[in-house]
This record gives sequence, C-alpha cells and structure tokens, in this order.
Amino acid sequence: MSPLLVVENLRVAYPARAGGIIEAVRGVGFTLGRERLGIVGESGSGKSQTGRAIMGLTAPQARVTADRLAFAGIDLARASPRQRRALRGGRIAMILQDPKYSLDPVMTIGRQIVETLRTHQPVSRAAARRRALDMLAAVQIDDPERVFGLYPHEVSGGMGQRAMIAMMLVAGPELLIADEPTSALDVTVQLEVLNILDRLVRERGMGLIFISHDLRLVSSFCDRVLVMYAGRVVEEIASGDLTHARHPYTRGLLECLPRIGDDRHPLPVLDRRPEWAA
Amino acid sequence: MTDALRVDRLGVAFDHFHALRDVSIRVARGESFGLVGESGSGKSTLLRAVVGLAPITSGSIAVDGEVRAGQRRSRAFFRKVQMVFQDPYGSLHPRQTVDRLLLEPLAVHGIDGAEARIRRALDEVGLGPSFRFRYPHQMSGGQRQRVAIARALILEPEILLLDEPTSALDASVQAEVLNLLEQVRRDRGLTFVMVSHDLGVVTHMCERLVTMRHGRVVEMLTAAALATGAVSNAYTQELLRASKGFVRAG
Repeated sequence: MSPLLVVENLRVAYPARAGGIIEAVRGVGFTLGRERLGIVGESGSGKSQTGRAIMGLTAPQARVTADRLAFAGIDLARASPRQRRALRGGRIAMILQDPKYSLDPVMTIGRQIVETLRTHQPVSRAAARRRALDMLAAVQIDDPERVFGLYPHEVSGGMGQRAMIAMMLVAGPELLIADEPTSALDVTVQLEVLNILDRLVRERGMGLIFISHDLRLVSSFCDRVLVMYAGRVVEEIASGDLTHARHPYTRGLLECLPRIGDDRHPLPVLDRRPEWAA
Repeated sequence: MTDALRVDRLGVAFDHFHALRDVSIRVARGESFGLVGESGSGKSTLLRAVVGLAPITSGSIAVDGEVRAGQRRSRAFFRKVQMVFQDPYGSLHPRQTVDRLLLEPLAVHGIDGAEARIRRALDEVGLGPSFRFRYPHQMSGGQRQRVAIARALILEPEILLLDEPTSALDASVQAEVLNLLEQVRRDRGLTFVMVSHDLGVVTHMCERLVTMRHGRVVEMLTAAALATGAVSNAYTQELLRASKGFVRAG
C-alpha cells in the first residue's frame, strides 16, 4: 500500500526584515501511513511550520519547497490553490491549539460544523444538521442539540476543543494534523479530549500528525516521534523507546522536566550545541 | 514566630461571582509554599488579593503579623512583597528598556545608588550588562522572565509571589528559570508563594502546597506526601493521575 503522505526535503523560508532569509524548516522528510506520528520540539523548531506547509497554510510571503510533498498520490507542491482548498478541511483536516481563537466567534458551533461539511460534500441542510449532531455526540457532548445552537464564547475550553474536533472530523478526513490540540486546556480536561481523539482516530483509521512541545505526552499518544530542532529532524524514536533516545537534545529535553518525587536540585539544563543546528 | 503570610477566611467577589470563599493559608518565614489548581480555581486570585489587585469582601490578610485590609497597600508593603507574573510578554513595558524597567521601582521608592543596583540585579539573574539597554522585544521569553525577576528582587523583598512563572516558557528554559529562583531564594532567605497548574513544578519548588478548586482550598499537603501518593482528597488524586500523562483506555 502506498503511504498516505510523503514528505521529502521540505523547506520553508521567510524573507528576513534585514534582507536575506530565515529558514524555519530545513529539509524535513518522512512518510506517513495510517498511523500516529508525533512531531516534538520547542518554540522555533519548525514543528508548526511543517504542519502548516502540509496543510497549505503557510503565510504568503514564505517560500515552500520540497523534493516531494504528496498526499494520497496528489502532488501538493504542484496542486492549484483550488485543489488545495478542496483538500483542506475535506481530506486533510487540522486542529489548532486554542478554541477561543480558532472558532468563529460570531457563528454558532452547529453552523460552523454544517458549513465545513457542506463545503466539501453535496448534502442537504437537514442531512448536514443530522451529521453535525451525530458528530457532536461522537465527541461526547451530552446534549448535542443545545451545544449546536451555542456560540463559542458560551462554552468552556474543553467543550470548545471538542466542537473543534467535531468540525474537523465531520467531513471524514484521511489525514488529521493536530497542532498542540490540548495545550490550552486544564490537565484533567486534556485527558478527556485526548481520549476522544484517540478513539476517533482509531475507529476511523485516519493518519494523524500530532504536533506538540510535550515529549512525554506525544510519546504516550503516538506510534513514533520525530524530534525537531532548529528546523530539522534530529531524531526519530519509536514511542516506547523514549528512554533509549540517543540525541543529546532529546535526552536533555526529557531530563530538564521536574518530576514528582524526584529530588534534583538544580535541574539539569540543556547545553545547546551549535552543531545540533548544523 | 509570626508567619510571613497569613490569610484568614478570605473571600473575594467580582460582582456576584465569588472567586474565593473562606480561604485560609499560613506560610512560615523562609518557606516555599505552592498553590495548585486548574483555571478558575482561584489560585491566581489569591496572590492578587494579597497585593491588593482583587476586591476582598471578607476575611483578612496579614504579612509579618501586620493586617492588610481593603485594596490599598503602602509603599513599605511593596518593599516586603513583590510579584512575578506569568506572561513575560505581557508584564514588561514594551517601550521601555531593561534599564528603565529596573529603574522604575527604585524611583518609586526613592532608593539611591540606582546604577550599582541595576548592574547587580542583572548580574544576579544571569543577564550580562549587554542586556541593560535592550527592549523586551529584543529578548527571548526566558530572558524576559529573568528581567521580571530582577525587577521584583531589586527592592530586596522578603516575600516573592510567583504566578505561573514558567508556564509560558519552553521546558529547557523552564528548568533554567526554576534553578535561578531556587538560587535567589537560598541566597536571600526569601519566602515563596508559587502558583502553578503543574504538580511536577510545584513539588520541585515547594515544601508544602494546597490544591484549590472553585475558589476553595480542597486539601493541604506536603510535597513529600504528594510524591508518595499519600493524597486523601479525590480531586487532588485526579490531578495527580492527570499529571502522569495519557494512558490509552481499554
């Protein structure tokens, strides 16, 4: 079976204000089947830019190049804006960090879900409404009818993020990109949302790219993890193998977290080597 | 010995919303005390009430045995108590250089020897003199938080209130800032009251902590008890479980 997504030598470069360019992503490559791939890194590592480039949401002033960027046999690098629009939200979907900013504040949650569905599939209003309600139920919202008519500011962060997941999955995407999907949520709510995401990705057999700064969280959720530093992948590890991470950056990232019941004063800090970014 | 901070049956209400109800804590001098809870639990409001940034409706706050009522605080109070906020992008004036930012508290309190004090403060937080004339946008998040800590320390306070001081920072930078905070606490014998949603951070930094929920204290425990899982309250147990990360169901 051919992979769902092939990325070879992906580069994203922004023009710098002082002239020259800043390379946010510098030659990232991976293939993705119907599996869960985590991308981990700190701010500025290029993890979000990688996800956005696949989605086709890179800012217009940036230059995106890749030897190959193919989704289900479609060459994304050469696809027209119209083709990419058709894919975006349809076969490729993206969940963003904070529902406060990523949902439309002046549209009810139900209407946003219906809009997504009807943009991509020729379904009647009534059918779209039914599917939106089913989707809200699938993300474990107790009273879908009520939430359907609410505005984003009327729901909690956890509820908003479930609505976001419902909106993104309603058109039945094959690839889901989740960029820090739970970082804005409280820890206990985080786990509920992850459980929902986990079940839906499994049941629907989607490919998932999970982008996060949290190495532990990602490795507990994904099959394998790419660790990014300064725009490059510095290490790939199977998620069960976190303790065997080889790259000093990955190891440093694991070590510097304070752990309950651990008595390490001072905490080990990362000694950033210039050669990691080379 | 009088407590460094004593909060008795404190209530805070914003119009009809009770952000804090009947909250009591005592923090000994030189202790590091943690406040843990999720958003809306009232943990930040408690710190803000101490420094007069939240409307107190009942109860009392005493610093060094001296009772503080209402929202007015004397200058002498702020020589003793300083606060570091969560977001180093929001808590530094964007049009002021580091030099100007650090001068402000000295000017407000009429303290001499600004030149030497500013240099020492920067040195203490591990920023070289080259940072002195930079603007906040010319620094990273971790460097900004160091400036915020320097600004709080320049008045030589006894009590430092820390509201999620590292939650806006990358993990590796968090470790550096936590180490810095422990260092200054040791050097100056400071008392810390630290708010965090991260149990790992709180147990690393604090000897005792309370968990809060819906504006109330639900449990008081030592970091050592938390580490061994000797937790009696159901909500604290839930937080503890959640902090261990995702476990696939079924």
